[in-house]
Amino acid sequence: MTSQSMHKETRVAITILTVDDSPSMRMLLKAALVDLGYDVVQAEDGVDALETIDGAAPDLVITDINMPRLDGFGLIEQLRVQDHYRTMPILVLTTESSDEKKQRARAAGATGWIVKPFDPEKLAAAIRRVLH
Amino acid sequence: MNLDEIQQIFFQECEEGLATLEGCFAAIRGGADDPETINTVFRAVHSIKGGAGAFGHERLQAYTHSYETLLDLVRNGTLALSDDLVGTIIAAFDVLSDHIAAARDHEEPPADAAMLERLSAAATGGPAPVAEVAAPEPEPDPAPVAAAGDGFDDLFAMFDDESTAADEPPAWQVVVRPSASALDHGGEPLLLIRELVAMGATVMSVDTSALPMPAEVEPERSYFGWTLSVPGTNDEAAIRGVFDFLDGDVEVTRLVDEAAAQAAAAAAEAAAIDALLDGIVSAPVAEVVAAPPPAPAPTPVVEAPVAAPAPASAPNPAPVAAAKPAAAPIPPTQQTIRVELDRLDRLVNLVGELVITQAMLAQRLSENGCPPIDELTDLDHLTRELQESTMAIRAQPMKTVFSRVPRIIRELEQETGKRVRLDVEGEMTEVDKTVVERIGEPLTHLIRNAVDHGLESTDDRLAAGKGAEGVVRLSAAHQSGRIVITVADDGRGIDRVRVRAKAVERGIVSADAQLSDEDIDNLIFAPGFSTAATVSNISGRGVGMDVVRKNIQALGGRIGIQSRLGHGSSFSMSLPLTLAVLDGMIVTVGEQTFVVPLSHIVESVRPGQGCVKRMSNNAAVFDVRGTYLPVHRVADQLGIVGAATEPAEAVLLVVESDGGQGVLMVDTIQDQRQVVVKSLEANYQAIHGLAGATILGDGRVALILDVDALISRWRRDNVRRDLAA
Repeated sequence: MTSQSMHKETRVAITILTVDDSPSMRMLLKAALVDLGYDVVQAEDGVDALETIDGAAPDLVITDINMPRLDGFGLIEQLRVQDHYRTMPILVLTTESSDEKKQRARAAGATGWIVKPFDPEKLAAAIRRVLH
Repeated sequence: MNLDEIQQIFFQECEEGLATLEGCFAAIRGGADDPETINTVFRAVHSIKGGAGAFGHERLQAYTHSYETLLDLVRNGTLALSDDLVGTIIAAFDVLSDHIAAARDHEEPPADAAMLERLSAAATGGPAPVAEVAAPEPEPDPAPVAAAGDGFDDLFAMFDDESTAADEPPAWQVVVRPSASALDHGGEPLLLIRELVAMGATVMSVDTSALPMPAEVEPERSYFGWTLSVPGTNDEAAIRGVFDFLDGDVEVTRLVDEAAAQAAAAAAEAAAIDALLDGIVSAPVAEVVAAPPPAPAPTPVVEAPVAAPAPASAPNPAPVAAAKPAAAPIPPTQQTIRVELDRLDRLVNLVGELVITQAMLAQRLSENGCPPIDELTDLDHLTRELQESTMAIRAQPMKTVFSRVPRIIRELEQETGKRVRLDVEGEMTEVDKTVVERIGEPLTHLIRNAVDHGLESTDDRLAAGKGAEGVVRLSAAHQSGRIVITVADDGRGIDRVRVRAKAVERGIVSADAQLSDEDIDNLIFAPGFSTAATVSNISGRGVGMDVVRKNIQALGGRIGIQSRLGHGSSFSMSLPLTLAVLDGMIVTVGEQTFVVPLSHIVESVRPGQGCVKRMSNNAAVFDVRGTYLPVHRVADQLGIVGAATEPAEAVLLVVESDGGQGVLMVDTIQDQRQVVVKSLEANYQAIHGLAGATILGDGRVALILDVDALISRWRRDNVRRDLAA
């Protein structure tokens, strides 16, 4: 076991995997989540997320939808077929709050959504609604 | 990294995005119209829009929205990529570059009206269905909903302002019916119900009609429905917002009481209402809000002028209300308020001082022969209530700690290859913030211990006739003024023969020591004890259970074990709800006054002759109904002179401690009362055997005994003596 994971034991926090292809959005999201007291692991797109997720063992995934290689919906579909991630909370970042988009996100297997632009309150509320 | 720095990165991305777009356009000009190229164009513009929104560049955001709308139509095949369209898209790109430059250099955004028009024309210029999408405004989606919502707020603000200015607006009735599949994909309706309850809601009824016979219940289906009453001060959007993620139906209705509705209607200006109603009825949200159950929303309002003069139960007379028809909407009610921890701690401290002063006052009055005063009794009650309310501010649900456990379990599953199911109970149990903050580490250790040492490997479990999946149960509950947190597993249980052998080998106990099962179990907590044959990565890394116990003790708690070989073990941590006050027994030893935490005391006895047997020079045991318990003289341990030396002249307190039961010998018992704990570490330094200090009613300082430390010290001394003998 690495010293890093030993360290984890004494400092157990909730880990959130954020998936976004835009570095500035990733940073913005990370800054907001760290402020809220969460540990953040980042991935650049769906493929990266699939490679990262097992090691990161996040409690929640927040993913953008439009991304190269594998988009947010594709990512969720691939996660949901794995028993381990079947009921893990996943929030999608969307720029639109239309019912159609929400329906689409739900059909893809998302637990909920965060409409961009988000503020910390909005982020905290969304997380509170999916995380025990 | 601050926001400005992140924004700089955003502008770098914009540059990259523009470069990507240039490349794509070159390809498109060259005849490429494959989906991936179009998709890349869309994504680049979409990304810029997202960042523009995040950093508050509204004009850029609005522009990219229109641009993106057109690109989306191309992407989904609604619009074919004609030369004309390519021209428009590339022309729009130039304006986008200008927009980004302006946003970056804090300059006026470029004139984009003509370009917006061209984008919108191009979007609507396509086949029929396009018109629907791009018709109303550059912001087609949020706009109408928001407008309708505002209309409602205005309407209700008018209701509130005019009919019930002093009273609360009528409550909301919320009917929630999650669909059967609401638990799929990590949905949890209960979290939403709890959030609503946190907004002040009360659950009026639970609809269990969909619940099948127990045998047919599928744990991942949702069967319940709820009807809740929510205080009217909450706004509807906030209530609906809670259920945004819910897969199912939610109805939100005002429980308008008839009189209030009529009064409100009478006061409102009919014209203004009509205007509002027009807007509302045509709006998509209108059907959701039906006001009083018997009639749809508009009805009472329209009838209002007729019924107006009758009841007039409104607190404000109509003319006054009518004078301000276009009142500003009431500000939304604050559900929570953030307070700096320092301020809160100061409040807690002050209330503590108040409790002490109140006790001093009461004592002084009674000493001076003052007869009981009613007001003083009231003051006593109020002080206590104030103290409890203040402590409640610091209370937090155990959930914050428990929510980390699933991840630890997942990690452990990976590390050990064992399959583990986690059952959690009582996560909403509230405890003091300090406890929540400091329980994490010992709890993690116990969880790791349960999975690593407690649970058998899958093969061993199957061989033992158990399910392949091990169970770890985590629970929290309030029990007689304390919180009890339990970590239980259904694993192999403690092998007492092995534990004992190990303890003897390590010199922790002598080979011929008389030990009960409980004593043996408690050996696990001895410093330097580890039964793991091979030191595993997970829990056996030198940090033993003794550290867990120390952490728990530091929180004023105790830890105990129950175990059955082959059936599993259960570790229970019993902690005080708050660390700031404790119920204590005030005792005298010599000329000193001490406080013994009541939670430790089993009984107090004035021993008769012969109940106490002398073992050797210093040791004595007390016969408590057939069980001999070691007698511990507080005076000897703390070096106090002038105290009673004969048990027959003293009072014996039978106490419960981590090291099992024991007896403390003190001179007399003075009183029993709640005391405010003052830390010795913070004001002086930690002293072994003392848990803290307090100020008594007469102003004197009394030290609080650390019962666990005193008893374990006695045991250790005795063991040493045994080993030396």
